[in-house]
Amino acid sequence: MSVNLALVLIAAGLMGCGTYLILERSLSRVLVGLVVMGNGVSLSFLVAGGRNGAAPVLDETAPTEPLADPLPQAMVLTAIVIMLATTAFVLAMAYRSWQLNGHDDVQDDVEDATIRRLADADVTSEAYSAVTDTEPEGDDPRQGAPAPDDRRAER
Amino acid sequence: MTSALVPLPVALPLLGAGLSLVLGQHPRIQRWVSITVLLAIVGVAGVLLVQADRSGPQVQWVGGWPETLGIVLVADRLAALMLLISALVTLAVLLYSIGQGMTEDDEGAPLSVYHPTFLVLVAGVANAFLAGDLFNLFVSFEMLLFASYVLLTLGGTAARVRAGTIYVLVNLLSSMLFLISIAVVYAATGTLTLAHLADRIADLPDHVSLMLQLLLLTTFCIKAAVFPLSFWLPDSYPTAPAPVTAVFAGLLTKVGVYAILRMQTLLFPESPLTGLLLWAALLTLLVGILGAIAQSDIKRMLSFTLVSHIGYLVLGIALANRAGVSGTIFYIVHHITVQTALFLVVGLVERRAGSTSLLRIGGLARLAPLLGVLFFIPAMNLAGIPPFSGFIGKVGLLQGAQQQGTWLAWVLVAGGVVTSLLTLYAVAKTWAVAFWRTPEQAHEAWQEAGSVVAEAAEQEQGGGRGRRRARGAGAARSHHPDSPGGLVSSTDLEEVRALRDEDTPVRDLHQLIEAGEDTRTMPISMVGPTAGLVALSVALTVVAGPLFAYTDRAADDLLDRTAYVQAVLPEGAP
Repeated sequence: MSVNLALVLIAAGLMGCGTYLILERSLSRVLVGLVVMGNGVSLSFLVAGGRNGAAPVLDETAPTEPLADPLPQAMVLTAIVIMLATTAFVLAMAYRSWQLNGHDDVQDDVEDATIRRLADADVTSEAYSAVTDTEPEGDDPRQGAPAPDDRRAER
Repeated sequence: MTSALVPLPVALPLLGAGLSLVLGQHPRIQRWVSITVLLAIVGVAGVLLVQADRSGPQVQWVGGWPETLGIVLVADRLAALMLLISALVTLAVLLYSIGQGMTEDDEGAPLSVYHPTFLVLVAGVANAFLAGDLFNLFVSFEMLLFASYVLLTLGGTAARVRAGTIYVLVNLLSSMLFLISIAVVYAATGTLTLAHLADRIADLPDHVSLMLQLLLLTTFCIKAAVFPLSFWLPDSYPTAPAPVTAVFAGLLTKVGVYAILRMQTLLFPESPLTGLLLWAALLTLLVGILGAIAQSDIKRMLSFTLVSHIGYLVLGIALANRAGVSGTIFYIVHHITVQTALFLVVGLVERRAGSTSLLRIGGLARLAPLLGVLFFIPAMNLAGIPPFSGFIGKVGLLQGAQQQGTWLAWVLVAGGVVTSLLTLYAVAKTWAVAFWRTPEQAHEAWQEAGSVVAEAAEQEQGGGRGRRRARGAGAARSHHPDSPGGLVSSTDLEEVRALRDEDTPVRDLHQLIEAGEDTRTMPISMVGPTAGLVALSVALTVVAGPLFAYTDRAADDLLDRTAYVQAVLPEGAP
C-alpha cells in the first residue's frame, strides 16, 4: 500500500498540537485540543483508505479508473457527527462550569483533599479507632480531647 | 445461524427512547414505556441465550449489505449471557430510580431527559455486547458514553460538573485512541469485521499485530479502569445520583472488560501478552483495594473496590486457558450483580442517614435492620465469603492461575487472596462504623475531625505552614509541588473554601435524630428492586453449577473461535 506522506505529516502535526492543548487546565482549551486531534484522526482514516481514485458512486457505466475506498469515508463521516455532538456537550459543560465557579478549569477532587487534610492532621485514625480501639500513633500536642476509649468509659 | 431477534435488544430501547422523549409531558406513560422495553429485552435476551446455547451463535447482517461490508450483530454464548444479566440489572435500577422519584423532583433536573437517556445507555450497552465489527463497537461505546455524560451531570450541580469534566475528558481521549486504532487496523488488514480480522491478523508480521494489540488494549483498559489507567473512576462515579452510579459501576467497566476478552480471544489468540496483563491485574487488585481502605466515604470505597476487582477479570483473561476464561465470565456476572446491588443499598443509606460519609453516620443496624441485611449479604459476597458466588468465582479464577503454574501466576494467586481479605477488611470496617456504632459516637468523632480539618485549613490559609508539626508540614509540601516557598496556590484555597463551606451546613446523623428530621422513609418501590438484586446475587450461588457449566461452554467457544467465525462467515472469508 502506498501512502500519501503529506497527509501523514499533517495528521501527525494536528495530533501533536491537540495533545499539547489537552494538557492545559482550562476546559475550553482542552476542547480545542480535542477538536484539532479529532481532525488529525479523520485525516489518518483517509490515509488508511489507500490510494485516491474516482468518487465511489456506482451506476450502469463501468468505472474508467479505480474507485476510492468508500468505507473509511463513511467511518470518518460517522466520527465527525459524533465529534460534533461531543463538542456541543463539552462546550455546554464549560459554560456551566464558568457559571458556577467563574472559570472553566478542571478542578481537583474535594473528597481527595479532605482525606489528604485528615492525613496531614493525623486524625484519620480517630474515625477508625471506634472500630479498632487503637490509639492514634505518636504524641500529639494538639490533642486536648480525651482518647476515644476514655470517652466511652465516661459514658 | 441467522436470527431476526438479534437486533431487537438495540432497536427496542432506541425506539423506546424516541417515544419517551416525545412523551416528555406525561411522566406516567414514560415510565411504562421504559419498563415495557426493559422487560421485552429481558425476554429477548433469555430466548437468545437458549438459542445460542442450543444451536450456536445467532447472527444478523443488518442493512442488506454484502457480507464483510455491512454491519453484523452476533449473539454467541458469551454475548447472550452478558445481555441477559445487563438487562436484569438495568431493569432493577430503573425500578429503583422510579421509586426514588429522581425523574420528578431531583434538584430541578431537566425532568423528561432521564428516561430517554437511560434507554440510550441500555441500547449502547446491548450494542457493545452484540457488535460483530470494530467500528460498530466504537459507535456503541459512543452511544453509551454519551448517555453516561448526560446522566453523570444530571442537574448540573457544581460537584457533578466537576466530576463530569474528568469523566468526559478521559473518555473522549480513549475514544480518540479507539479511532486511531481502528484506522490502523483498517490500514493493516482492509477489514473491520471481527470474524474476518481473526483470519487476517494471523497473516500480519509480528510487530504490526503487536502494535494493533497494544493500541486496542490501551483503549479498552481505559474503559475498563485497569490499573495505570484507572484513576479517573473513583473521582467521577461517586457524585452521580445513586441509581446512575449503580448502573455505571455494574455495566460500563464490564463493557470494557468484555471488549478486552473478545479481542484477546478472537483476534490475538497466539500472543496474549500474558506477562504484561498479569502484572496489570496484580497492580489493579492491590492498588485498588489499598485505595478502598483509605476512603472515608462509602461510595468512594465501593468505587475503589470496583477498580480492584477488575483485576480478577483481567487475571482470567491474561491466563487465556479454559478455567481462566470461564472463571472470568462467571465473575463478570457475579460482579455486575453485586456491585450494582451495593451501590443501590448505599443510595438507601444516603436517603436514610443523610450522608454516605463514614465520619457522619452510625447505628444504622438498629435504625434500619432491613438496610443492614441488604448491605451485609452483597458485602460478604463481594469479599468472597464461602457460600456466595464471589467465593465460587474467585476459586474458579485461582484454579486457572494454578493450572498456568508459572511463578507469576502463583504471585497472582497470592495477590488475589490478599485482595479478597482486604476487601473483607474494607467492607467490615464500613459495617462496623456505619451500622454497628451508635450515632453519638459518630457525632463525637465527626466533631473532632471537623475541628481539626478547619484548624489545618486556617493555618494553610494564613500561609503559616511552618507552624504545623514537622511531619504534617513535610507531607503537605510533598502534596503540593506547585506551591513554592510556602505560598498557597489558588486551587488550594478553593479546596479549603469548599471544605469550610461543606462543614457548616451538613449535619450528621446524630444531629438529624436530635432535630427529629431523620424520618425520611424508604419506599417499598426502592427497597423492592434492591432486595430483588440482592436475591439475584444469592440465586447465582444456587445456580452456580449450571452457570459454571454454561461459562465453561462459552469459554470453549471463545478459545476455539471456529464456531464464531463460521457462524458469521459461513462461506469462508472472501
